Amino acid sequence: MLHTAIDNDERAVASSPIMELRGIKMHYPVAKPMPFAPKKVVKALDGVDLKVLGSQTLGIIGESGCGKSTLARVLSGLEKPTEGKVLFDGVDINELRGAERAAMRRNIQLIFQDPYASLDPRMTVEQILSEPFEIHPDLVPKGGRKAKIAELMELVGLNPDHLGRYPHNFSGGQQQRIGIARGIALNPKVLICDEAVSALDVSVRAQVVNLLQDLQRELGLSFVFIAHDLQIVRHISDAVATMYLGRVVEQGSYAQVYDHSSHPYTQALLSAAPELRQGSNTARELIMLQGDPPSPIDPPAGCRFHTRCPIAQPSCSASEPDLEETAQGHQVRCFFPGPLAGRLN
Amino acid sequence: MSTTITTISTSDGADAVDRAPSPMRGAHRRWWLRPRFAISGTIVLLMILMAAFPQIFTGFGPGPTENCDILLTNQPPSAAHIFGIDIQGCDYYTNIIYGARASILVGIVVSAIAFGIAAVVGAIAGYFGGWIDALISRICDMAFGLPFILAAIVVLQLFGQRNIWTVIFALALFSWPGGVRFMRSSVLEVRNREYVQAAKLLGASNGRIIKKHIVPNAITPLLVLQTLGVGGMISAEAGLTFIGIGLTPPAVSWGLQLAAARDYIDAAPHLLIFPAIFLTVTVLGFVLFGEALRDEFDPKGK
Amino acid sequence: MTQLLEVRDLRVQFSTAQGTATAINGVNLSLEHGQSLGILGESGSGKSVTARTIMGLLDMPPAKINGGEILLEGEDLLTATAKRRRQLTGPVMSMVFQDALSALNPVHPVGRQIGELYRVHRGYSRKAAKAAAIEMMDRVRIPAAASRVNDYPHQFSGGMRQRIVIAMALALDPQLLIADEPTTALDVTVQAQILELLKEQQAENNMGLILITHDISVVREVTDQVAVMYAGRIVEQGPTAHVLGDPRHPYTLGLSQSVANEDLKGRRLPAIEGSPPDLLALPRGCSFANRCPLADEQCSSSAPPLESVGAGRTSACFHSGKVASNVAYSN
Repeated sequence: MLHTAIDNDERAVASSPIMELRGIKMHYPVAKPMPFAPKKVVKALDGVDLKVLGSQTLGIIGESGCGKSTLARVLSGLEKPTEGKVLFDGVDINELRGAERAAMRRNIQLIFQDPYASLDPRMTVEQILSEPFEIHPDLVPKGGRKAKIAELMELVGLNPDHLGRYPHNFSGGQQQRIGIARGIALNPKVLICDEAVSALDVSVRAQVVNLLQDLQRELGLSFVFIAHDLQIVRHISDAVATMYLGRVVEQGSYAQVYDHSSHPYTQALLSAAPELRQGSNTARELIMLQGDPPSPIDPPAGCRFHTRCPIAQPSCSASEPDLEETAQGHQVRCFFPGPLAGRLN
Repeated sequence: MSTTITTISTSDGADAVDRAPSPMRGAHRRWWLRPRFAISGTIVLLMILMAAFPQIFTGFGPGPTENCDILLTNQPPSAAHIFGIDIQGCDYYTNIIYGARASILVGIVVSAIAFGIAAVVGAIAGYFGGWIDALISRICDMAFGLPFILAAIVVLQLFGQRNIWTVIFALALFSWPGGVRFMRSSVLEVRNREYVQAAKLLGASNGRIIKKHIVPNAITPLLVLQTLGVGGMISAEAGLTFIGIGLTPPAVSWGLQLAAARDYIDAAPHLLIFPAIFLTVTVLGFVLFGEALRDEFDPKGK
Repeated sequence: MTQLLEVRDLRVQFSTAQGTATAINGVNLSLEHGQSLGILGESGSGKSVTARTIMGLLDMPPAKINGGEILLEGEDLLTATAKRRRQLTGPVMSMVFQDALSALNPVHPVGRQIGELYRVHRGYSRKAAKAAAIEMMDRVRIPAAASRVNDYPHQFSGGMRQRIVIAMALALDPQLLIADEPTTALDVTVQAQILELLKEQQAENNMGLILITHDISVVREVTDQVAVMYAGRIVEQGPTAHVLGDPRHPYTLGLSQSVANEDLKGRRLPAIEGSPPDLLALPRGCSFANRCPLADEQCSSSAPPLESVGAGRTSACFHSGKVASNVAYSN
């Protein structure tokens, strides 16, 4: 156990970032209820810096409204951020045009939450899997495509004889495998999994997680793994970032974030998950947060978490803390970091 | 009925993964056994055959204006002339069979034109959004503001000599805005589907996405709408012709026959009744066929 | 004393365009007053259909109840008249759904929706109903209930809406509450609050609770008894801690193992290979045989019955004695 943790930490130091987010803000305008109502924006992401290291997995945890899904869309290039840079290999992907952009796009692929919705219902699996090669015809010569597609099917554990079937003929887990096959067809460097296993049944989820990890090892992929299943994120990630209301509030290696969490929100989040309390060797006491997360339209002033924080002080509502290095070597956005145990009244 | 499996799986378990197969699967099984589909389909097929090959139905007999005997006019139905004889002394059955061509042609061609315009323009408006969408939508709104029949009358008035193509032109000119709106809204729905996003991420061009993903998945409701519209266009043609603004003799159409029969309503009611029956049955056939198609594609839309 | 709820050999089928799907294939359940039972299963296992059948919420057709009895305090619900069912729904049994937003009527204030129950079932006046609604909202810990009683469902957050749905379900002090995936749509921190609330209300009111979920950890948190369902059958049943701690059915074992835990970090998860059987064509033998590491000829030729495997425990497996020591899911 301990051994793996150290191993992962060393890798984290050794490899360099393949993707980097710098000062990302993503603000969406809200439809006005009346013509002259004050203009409002949803601050889905409000100043996010993150690094994705080569051949590693960055896990993102947080509750709905924290900006995880927007993060996936910005990282994949589906949406252009309001502010900030999305760097792939040091190049801002949103500044590329035309052929360069298409070439870049190949490197970053997204695996969606709903496997059925992510496959065109009117196409056979063969058509779905040939699409990447039709878009990039120079990648695989026409004669070799059939073999390549069959190879992809085998890689994700599907029977190549089923290429003529339609997506609805497959089970949810198999549909997700098709989605993954399409995602890796163009040999991407980064695979973004936005709740990619959340919609699957427990017994099937484990199969797909194993598949993703096998592929990572074989193809040297980097993952950004976004999920609300905290146990799975712990299992698959090398590094983890906790998000709250459009901000990263804690980040570090998985061991730092899960076993030495310093931000009160991360601690409360992890303690609320029954699967973590049950599947852990160290006892976690349930820290019950009050209420729901506030709306990202009107985030609280100062530290965004102060409205629900069990150890909030008056100063927390006055100004927002920076992400700062802790004694354990990871980063926390809190004026009073450290374990909550013993500090609650 | 294919939705039942959804009830089982989506209400069961956390998420809709093993969701229902698309409504197409299974729904096609034995559709021909369903009475509405079968009856309306037969009517539509029969009418189209009648329009294309009227000779089949008149027993390779003469054309509508041949073998007429001017001395025998307005005869009621008899064994030799089952629908009677018209004012010109021609066999009314043959006339009505030949009359189908104008009605069906107008209905289908106008709907096809509207379908084509709506598919292309609606897809563009829905997919690209922004000012293109705003422009197209406003033009549709304006076209919508015009009363359809009135606008067609005005346009037809501009032509001294009116044939079937002028009528088609006038009707087609104002028949597309509804379809454009319809297509636009179904494209808006498809546009944000995850498989479209996945294609974007693979680097697909806009043209490819529209052609391969958007149109095939968004076209069905429009197809159904335009099938329902065929009946409307057939009655519009008959209506315009009846009031003397559509087709003019020597063309043969149900509208013209109704118009001619108007003066002899007491002496020869059969002249009015037979074209009216054919017109009604045809319109009904297309409307029912459209509805059957709609249910075929969307079992929940009943 | 009679059991609060007893389900005997319940069978439900759905007719679909593709054929007849067997959703429930002979389910037996029993629940005492004040007991909580978790029904654990994946999509298609029949757990939700079971709940809906008990509540009388199945659409028939396409659903068809092919046999069995559902006894609520000794009274068979399947033969009860529609009027009698309506009398029982609310005061004796009620249900909480997964999607709180669609369980509430968007055009009525929440207070009126709760109060309506008192007006219909207990003949309260408008004013008394409103007071009772506020009291109920207090009971499920909605802050400042008196000032929010006139708010509409969309003005509440997801967690608060689920509290309101629970308030409606509890309003008439039912003896049986069925909660169908009540926290699946909620965030973890909110889920913890709602589960706490359900546990507390169940204990305080000595109510029978059936919690339907796919989440093994939620069952562990909340219920005393668990029934594990697979392909329309209960495959294992018994006290939660024993069943999940020491499974005697290979499927339960697989489920409990395929949840990641700390010790598996850096390794493959033990996954159950394959996928559940097609409900349109259930196998003749054990439905789990095709995915089971212990399966032999007997398993594919006949379906194992639920048999006692210890105090208060049953398992439907021919090899239940071998499960603990012999099953290894690929690692």
